[in-house]
Amino acid sequence: MLEIAGRKFRSRLFTGTGKFASATVMKAALTASDSEMVTVALRRVDLNDPADDIMSHLDRDHFFFLPNTSGARDAAEAVRLAHLARSVGNTNWLKLEVTPDPRTLLPDPVETLKATEELVREGFVVLPYINADPILALRLQDVGAAAVMPLGSPIGTNQGLLTRFQVAIIIEQARVPVVVDAGLGAPSHAVEAMEMGADAVLVNTAIAVAGDPVRMARAFADAVRAGREAYESGLGRRGTTAEASSPEVGLDFLHG
Amino acid sequence: MTSPVVISPSSAVPLLRLPDFATLSQQIRECGPNEVVAALGRERRTVSDLAALLSPAAETMLPDLARQAALITRQRFGRVIQLYAPLYLSSYCFNRCLYCGFSVDNEIPRRVLSLAEAEREAKILSRRGFEHILLVSGEAPAKLGVDYLEELARRLRDDFAAISIEVQPLKEEEYARLFAAGITAVAIYQETYDRRTYEEVHLGGPKADYDRRLEIPARVARAGMREVGLGALLGLADWRAEGLALGLHLAWLRKLAWRTGLTVSFPRLRPASGGFTPRVMVGEKNLSQLIFALRLFDPDVGLILSTREEQRYRDGMIGLGPTRYSAGSCTIPGGYGDSAADGEQFAIDDHRDLAEVAAAIRAKGHDPVRKDWDAIFQQR
Repeated sequence: MLEIAGRKFRSRLFTGTGKFASATVMKAALTASDSEMVTVALRRVDLNDPADDIMSHLDRDHFFFLPNTSGARDAAEAVRLAHLARSVGNTNWLKLEVTPDPRTLLPDPVETLKATEELVREGFVVLPYINADPILALRLQDVGAAAVMPLGSPIGTNQGLLTRFQVAIIIEQARVPVVVDAGLGAPSHAVEAMEMGADAVLVNTAIAVAGDPVRMARAFADAVRAGREAYESGLGRRGTTAEASSPEVGLDFLHG
Repeated sequence: MTSPVVISPSSAVPLLRLPDFATLSQQIRECGPNEVVAALGRERRTVSDLAALLSPAAETMLPDLARQAALITRQRFGRVIQLYAPLYLSSYCFNRCLYCGFSVDNEIPRRVLSLAEAEREAKILSRRGFEHILLVSGEAPAKLGVDYLEELARRLRDDFAAISIEVQPLKEEEYARLFAAGITAVAIYQETYDRRTYEEVHLGGPKADYDRRLEIPARVARAGMREVGLGALLGLADWRAEGLALGLHLAWLRKLAWRTGLTVSFPRLRPASGGFTPRVMVGEKNLSQLIFALRLFDPDVGLILSTREEQRYRDGMIGLGPTRYSAGSCTIPGGYGDSAADGEQFAIDDHRDLAEVAAAIRAKGHDPVRKDWDAIFQQR
C-alpha cells in the first residue's frame, strides 16, 4: 500500500478540485475516482463564506485534503500560504507549488527547495511539485520532502508523460514516493506512469473538463490500478533477441 | 566547498539490513534458466535479477552476460581503463585475520614507512608515470594514524592527481580531514558478507566486529568522499551470495549517498603468509560471472581488477566490465625502492609494469587513463 509520511493510501490516484463545472459534479467525479487524496488550492478557499467553500462539499472522513500553494510566486509567499493552511485547514500537509511564470505555471526549482527546507523545519509534511529534474528531486529528499511530484508535462496541457526519461531516473533514485503530477491528459498516460513504477499520479484537469467527468474519473481509477498491477507483476521484459545483432564476445581466454 | 551527503533529519536513516547469507545463497540457487533469460532482457535490473544472473543456471549463458556487460560498460565508461598503483605504508596490524599476510600472529618483518620514506616510494611511482595511488596500511593507528595520512596526502597532492586510501576505519570527521588534505576515495571491504564466516576468519582486533565494519562505507560517503570502494574477498564463502550481498550494499548506498561514486573489488584469495587455504574455490568463470552480473545490475559502478589476477585473465577482461586496473604493484612497505624488501601482504600474479599494462590495454582498442582527477577540486 502507498505510504507517505506514515499515512497509508489504498488509492494511488490523487485528484484535484479545480476546473469542475460545479461542486456537485466535482463531488460525484471525485467519489467515482476512488481517490483518497484531494488537493485544494488555498487561494480558492473562501473563509468568509464557509457554506460556499469547496471543502464543505467533500466529506473529510472520506477524502484526505492536501492544501496546495497554487499561485505562490516565491518561497516567502508559499510559506505564508502554508501557515494559512495550517490554521484554517488544521493540517500540516502541504503540496508545495511555486510557479512564478503565470503563462506556463512551471515550478521554480530554487524557490521550491528554499521553501521545502523552511517548511520541513517548521514541521510540515511537504510534497513539492517540481519539474522532472532528478537532482532537484534528490536535493528535496535530502532536506526532508515527504514525496516528490514531478510533472509529466506542463500543467493543463494534457500532453502526457513528455518527461518520461527524467521521471524514470527520479523513480529509480527515490527514497520517498514519486507522484507524477500535471499534464496527464488521458488514462493511457496514467497507465504509462504507473507501469514505470510511479507510486501515484495526480490528475485534475483531464477529469474536470472531460465530457463526462464521472466516467472519466472511473477510467482514470481503472488505469491507475492497471498500471500498478502491471508494474508489480514484473513488466519490463523484452526479448533477448533484441541483442542478437551485437557481436559475440570471446571468452576463450578463461581457464577454469 | 563540497557539501557532505545530507541525510534528511525528518526521514529516519534506514539501516542496512542484509538478509541472512544462507537465505541469499538459497535465493540464488532457486533461480532457473527462465529467470536468467528474463533478467538478461530487462532494461533496469532488480535484486532478484541479480540473483538470477549469479545463479548456476546462468553459467551456460555466460557469453550472453559478457556481451551485455561489454555493451553497458562501453556505453557508460567508454573504451577506457583507469590505472593506479598501491603504495604500502605499513604492515603493522593488530587484527587477527586468517587470510591476511599482515595478520598480527604472522612472523613477518614488520615495517612502517616514515613520511620521508613514503614520499620517496611515491616519487618512484610518480616517475614511473602513475597519477593515481592507493595508500594501503594495516590497522595499527599508533603506528599510522590520521595525522600521518593527512600529512602524507598534503605532501603527495602536487605529484598525484588522485589519492585513495585502504586503511583502518576512521571517524567521520577524520575522513573529512583527509578529504580536505587531498584524499578522494576510500576502499573498505567487508571481506565476507557471511556473518558466520566473518567471525571464523576474523579472530581478534577491531575488525572482528561485523556490524561495525558494515557501517563504514556509509560513513565515508557522509564525510564527503568522492568515492567509496566495496569488496568481498573471494574464497571465504559462497561467491554467488557475496555478489548478491554486494549488490544489496551498492543499491542501499546509491539511495543513501547519491553524491558518492561507488566501486567494487573482487580480490580472489592469493597465497599469503600464514598459509591460509581458500575455503571455497572460485574459478575464472565464476569471477567473470560475478563481474558481468554486477555490471548488469549497476551500470555505473566502477569495477576494479588488481594484479592478484594474472596477465592472461586481465587482458581478456579488458572491455568486458572492469574499469580500473592496478599495475606494477608491490605489496611490501618500501618494496618499490628496495626490491629485496620482504613481508608482503599477498602474492601478485601480474608482474608487468605500467607501460606494459598500458600497451596491453591499447592493443585491445582501449585507452589507458592514468589521470582522471585533479587536485584543484579540493583546493580551497
